Amino acid sequence: MTEHNVCDLPGIVARWNNDPANMVQILRDVQESCGTIPSDTLDQLAKLLGVPRVRIEATASFYHFFHAESHGAYEILFSDNIIDHMAGKEELKRYLCERLWLEPRKLSEDGLVYVDDTADIGLADQAPSMLVNGYAVPALDHSRLDLIAELIRNRKPLADWPPMLFEIPDNIRQAGPLTGEAFTPGAALLATIARGTDATLAELEAANLRGRGGAGFKTATKWASCRKAEGEAQEHAGPSQVLPGPLGGEPSVARFSGGAHYVVCNADEGEPGTFKDRVLLNSHADLVFEGMTVCARVIGAKQGLVYLRGEYRNLLEKLKSVLARRREKGLLGKSILGEQGFDFDIEIHLGAGAYICGEESALIESLEGKPGKPRNRPPFPDRCGYRNQPTVVNNVETFACAARIAERGSAVFTALGTPQSTGSKLISVSGDCQRPGIYEVPFGVTVRQILIECGAEDAHAVQVSGPSGTCISFREFDRIIAFEDLPTAGAFMVFSRERDMFEVARNFTHFFAHESCGFCTPCRVGTSLLRNTMDKLAAGKGSAYDMNEMKNIMHILLDMAHCGLGHTAANPVVQTMEKFPDAYEKRLMKLDFEPAFDLDGALSTARLITGRDDEWAHLAND
Amino acid sequence: MVILTMDKTFILDGKTIPFEEGETIMEAASAAGVYIPHLCHHPEFKPHGSCKLCTVSIGGRLGASCTNKAAAGMVVESETEALNADRRALTQMLFVEGNHICPSCEKSGNCQLQAVAYHLDMLTPHFTHFYPARDIDASHPDVLLERNRCILCELCVRASRDVDGKNVFGIGGRGIKSRLIVNSASGRLADTNLSVTDRAVEVCPTGAILRKRHGFTVPIGRRLYDHHDIAEVPVAGMKEPRSS
Ligand SMILES: Cc1cc2nc3c(=O)[nH]c(=O)nc-3n(C[C@H](O)[C@H](O)[C@H](O)COP(=O)(O)O)c2cc1C
Ligand code: SF4
Ligand code: SF4
Ligand code: FES
Repeated sequence: MTEHNVCDLPGIVARWNNDPANMVQILRDVQESCGTIPSDTLDQLAKLLGVPRVRIEATASFYHFFHAESHGAYEILFSDNIIDHMAGKEELKRYLCERLWLEPRKLSEDGLVYVDDTADIGLADQAPSMLVNGYAVPALDHSRLDLIAELIRNRKPLADWPPMLFEIPDNIRQAGPLTGEAFTPGAALLATIARGTDATLAELEAANLRGRGGAGFKTATKWASCRKAEGEAQEHAGPSQVLPGPLGGEPSVARFSGGAHYVVCNADEGEPGTFKDRVLLNSHADLVFEGMTVCARVIGAKQGLVYLRGEYRNLLEKLKSVLARRREKGLLGKSILGEQGFDFDIEIHLGAGAYICGEESALIESLEGKPGKPRNRPPFPDRCGYRNQPTVVNNVETFACAARIAERGSAVFTALGTPQSTGSKLISVSGDCQRPGIYEVPFGVTVRQILIECGAEDAHAVQVSGPSGTCISFREFDRIIAFEDLPTAGAFMVFSRERDMFEVARNFTHFFAHESCGFCTPCRVGTSLLRNTMDKLAAGKGSAYDMNEMKNIMHILLDMAHCGLGHTAANPVVQTMEKFPDAYEKRLMKLDFEPAFDLDGALSTARLITGRDDEWAHLAND
Repeated sequence: MVILTMDKTFILDGKTIPFEEGETIMEAASAAGVYIPHLCHHPEFKPHGSCKLCTVSIGGRLGASCTNKAAAGMVVESETEALNADRRALTQMLFVEGNHICPSCEKSGNCQLQAVAYHLDMLTPHFTHFYPARDIDASHPDVLLERNRCILCELCVRASRDVDGKNVFGIGGRGIKSRLIVNSASGRLADTNLSVTDRAVEVCPTGAILRKRHGFTVPIGRRLYDHHDIAEVPVAGMKEPRSS
């Protein structure tokens, strides 16, 4: 894991079926085995795969985890969410850099270590955290960093590091139907086969299951529409080809024989402060895979893909072994549970450090080996998705819910929640509270109830559903977690009275500017304008004019952006401005305009070139 | 001539616009002689939808007219104060994102970015300039690549891929660091198989891709947009207006 090997390019390419659509996976393997993706590798890949180099370079330069220059034997990336900052991340990073004699973003002089930041890595309940060569290390403190510095100085391969460094507890604080009740692999599939496809869809419909990835689209509608959509393979000509199922019930062969329908599980979980999919995959993967298989049975898919965020690299082997076990038990592969024609398998693809790849069409682009830029919609993936075939994309938790509904029926599911928001919801609690972790709550619970459960007496604000969600103040703690009030993908970041909500918002603007894919003008430029303006305010150079400008940019983003990232990118600023005006006002120097352009700063390059730093080489900056 | 039935029409700013099945709002509007501001759209190439200048209100919902299909009976608004204010802001964003010094640019007067800015009454760049450090590539004998003026519309990318069959251009990087890249290991244009007669060279709306030694064939003051608003100048390759 540490000694980077000479890269077996043909081997890697063969492992991915010589298919350029697997380019992100190929590049990941190159990066992991060589530590870099050198320029000449792109040429070799272009030759091996018969694609223009420029397309490979476009992909290789898009993802944060790919780089052409060496990051040494140890690449350390600190998680950079505001929650990590609150837990002392900056100080700890400085501490480690001092111990290793290096500066951030610069390869150490001996070529051994590189330290930088990365967007939230899905461990906000165990902040601060970091990735070492792609593997997560949670709960950093001085003593853990001392140990890590020692291991690095001794050039200990990562594989020989003490396993306890990489141990990541689930921290389930309140369990429910998904996280706390036993599940027998196969139970949901048996029930689905017995019930039949139409009845399974009807059950999902009756359960009123809505997507857990944030948008809350009705799952039954999505599956039904995808099932109806024509893939490359044609629908069975007639009932004569359909065999009866082993358990009776309706004829059981999937409706489409060619299998050009796909099931995609969105495990990108990039929204800062969210980590519930990590826990589901770590401890309840069978439930998730079974939900995908039920979906395959309903829509007639032969292949499923899990898009697992690169930050969850440490889960890969475990998930693969769960898949292998399911194959052995006949729950995946050919003739699932003995039913002829029910063939389905699941492959795991890893992301490479791009929040936008959680957006379903960008995710599909990434699965197809391209930069993760959202497609023009319509058509939506249910009709034209992976490889332009009908594709269901659902969140990890949605599939887990679907498995439970298939297994137990809708009535058990709707017993929890509200009529519009049925079932339970996994909440990822982090920040200023005594018991951060996973709370599986019924929909309809108030913010205050969760705050009491997690021990956050001093809470002043909560960021619900991450930076792209809603910031609520202590005045609104009686609002409920539900699609009809506060919809959420799961993040629940708690801020106490001591916290500076301006800094919270500023951290989020940096996040969006870093993660904007750059496809559309408003978001590519607007997110950087927002970040720069917040930095200007932080430097004490802001005025009321700047605050107004940020509101204008919000309108442009709302009106003009291509996808949800741009639409929501100004929310944290505008909402904190409204709810915590003091945090902004105390930073305003003048009430009107203050130029952002720093003349003296602009001269700094000239000073460097001329080697001058005397009085005359500076401009008065008042 | 195609016989148009009444149900194959929609309303654009109060005007009835006929369309053919599969046409986008933009295509139908230009065929009817109605201008919707745009930069990344070109009638000969696959719709892209990235500049967002062509955003219109489609029955109250906003969407890019170059990617949204026309449908019978839809009510589209384009020339509203609010939309033009947004478009002006987008144009300003494009100006501050790159380094556009029109007085010293060979393309001045023939540049669509500049012309759209005039059309939208953009008087100042408004936002703070980014002054990015971008490369100029003068390696190619006949073509100059001036990345400071690139607005990432991907027209050259599409033209080279779909018409020239060469894949000379691409977009690398992400977010504000997105940049035009070319198909060579050295990163130099001279090491690609670009030819000066390629469609990709001609299609650039700004002064980012220029034919060398042609800069001042037509003197400044007598260029396309010097005397005509961009709304009056049909884009090369556009279909003849269907009506009239
Ligand atoms: C910028 C952006 C990021 C997203 N990230 C995720 C994500 O990490 N996980 C997820 O399930 N959905 C994410 N989504 C939502 C997906 O586009 C999609 O709606 C979802 O996967 C559908 O699944 P569901 O119906 O089960 O929620 C994101 C959307 C946007 C706009
Ligand atoms: S809104 Fe942002 S993330 Fe979405 S397509 Fe535009 S640039 Fe990319
Ligand atoms: S070089 Fe010209 S055509 Fe190509 S992306 Fe830039 S502005 Fe568009
Ligand atoms: S012209 Fe439609 S988005 Fe650029």
